Amino acid sequence: MNRATLDLWVGVFVAIGLGSLLFLALKVGNLSFSSGGETYQLQAKFDNIGGLKVRGAVKSAGVVVGRVSQIQLDPEAFVAVVTMHVDNRYKFPSDTFATINTSGLLGEQYIGFDVGGDTEMLKDGDTVKKTQSAVVLEKLISQFMFDKAAGDTGNGKK
Amino acid sequence: MVDGQKSKSAANVKKPRNSLASPRGTGRCGPKLAPGKSLLAQVLTHFGHTVTDRLWRLGFAAHFFLAVLLNSGTALRRFQLTIREIYFSGALSIIIILVSGLFVGMVLGLQGYDTLERYGSSEALGVLVSLSLVRELGPVVSGLLFASRAGAAITAEIGLMKATEQISAMEMMAVNPIARVVAPRFWAGVISMPLLAALFSAMGIFGGYLVGVKLIGVDAGSFWAQMQATVDFREDILNGVIKSFVFGILISWIAVFEGYDADPTAEGVSRATTRTVVTSSLSILAADFILTAFMFRGA
Repeated sequence: MNRATLDLWVGVFVAIGLGSLLFLALKVGNLSFSSGGETYQLQAKFDNIGGLKVRGAVKSAGVVVGRVSQIQLDPEAFVAVVTMHVDNRYKFPSDTFATINTSGLLGEQYIGFDVGGDTEMLKDGDTVKKTQSAVVLEKLISQFMFDKAAGDTGNGKK
Repeated sequence: MVDGQKSKSAANVKKPRNSLASPRGTGRCGPKLAPGKSLLAQVLTHFGHTVTDRLWRLGFAAHFFLAVLLNSGTALRRFQLTIREIYFSGALSIIIILVSGLFVGMVLGLQGYDTLERYGSSEALGVLVSLSLVRELGPVVSGLLFASRAGAAITAEIGLMKATEQISAMEMMAVNPIARVVAPRFWAGVISMPLLAALFSAMGIFGGYLVGVKLIGVDAGSFWAQMQATVDFREDILNGVIKSFVFGILISWIAVFEGYDADPTAEGVSRATTRTVVTSSLSILAADFILTAFMFRGA
């Protein structure tokens, strides 16, 4: 085997190896630089974000339209400020409702947009005004238990 | 600086014959058993001899590793030598890595789906496949394959060179065999191993995708999205690469050492090849445990 063929095959090997590393980094690890395509920024304030994480999905009608880029606590109002990058292709009315949902019982949490009817659209840097916090399962259960207990004592007296 | 290197390399040309001579002949033939001693003393003597022999060999291997590192100037300066070895141990391993990666990924897809389905979270299949491949199976399985395919070949080649006295001939011509023969093979293994492991992981994830999404029908979007949301570049992928790099060093070291240390007979070369595969497989698994304990403890 002459030297040129050898170099060719080693080149192919190293290129394939680096290519698969790149595939792992970009496609599997999502080490995206701007994740392709232009985005605009939106903010939303939530009383409680539950288990929402940075890079969580923003979905509208189940379609991923953006990603959570930053989560902070507003030091004065003590509410969570979530910054999202939304794909430029999608515009939402300014009365859009942002809720924190869970995919499945054990799945990760994401922000869902329930679209309103306003003719004016949200622009870059706008804040989504109407939000609904994450449902905290413990609170829900305790509420249910207390209601149930109260109902039971009522029944018992009858 | 230059002066110091020169004197060092001058010393190393001589060194292999004196300090890196094979231990064979000095201690291998077993202890002389004195006829008057009791059986217990004989057994104990034999046991002690085995232990010191092992320790001696370990020290010799460490000394050899150091010699390879000190003599790798030629392998890096005349990189063509190393490229040739990358071709034999890396490029020719692509097929076995691709095929086994694909099958391992497909099996993970089937098994993972079966288990996850019971908890109604089959969308997490992408996470399961990618994390287990990138963190563990990619480096470990490709390391085992690399040890048995390339490591055994390296040992056999160097061992046969020794058996046919090519190594001694090189020394006669004042060519340092460690710099000319051993170091390029060592570095080729170290360079090839992380690339092969990455290839294995990528191929395995593709195999998991084929079975999970195309065959069973898990939603493609959630397969990739959950994977991307969970797999962290630094925490998971980079640690996997570090693992495969360490395995590459281990395998190449053991392979070149066993070859260089082989008995210069047909039987000796065959035994050295067996030892390469066994020792490097065991040390991959042991090193994997240690590295995992350091990398993913708690968190």
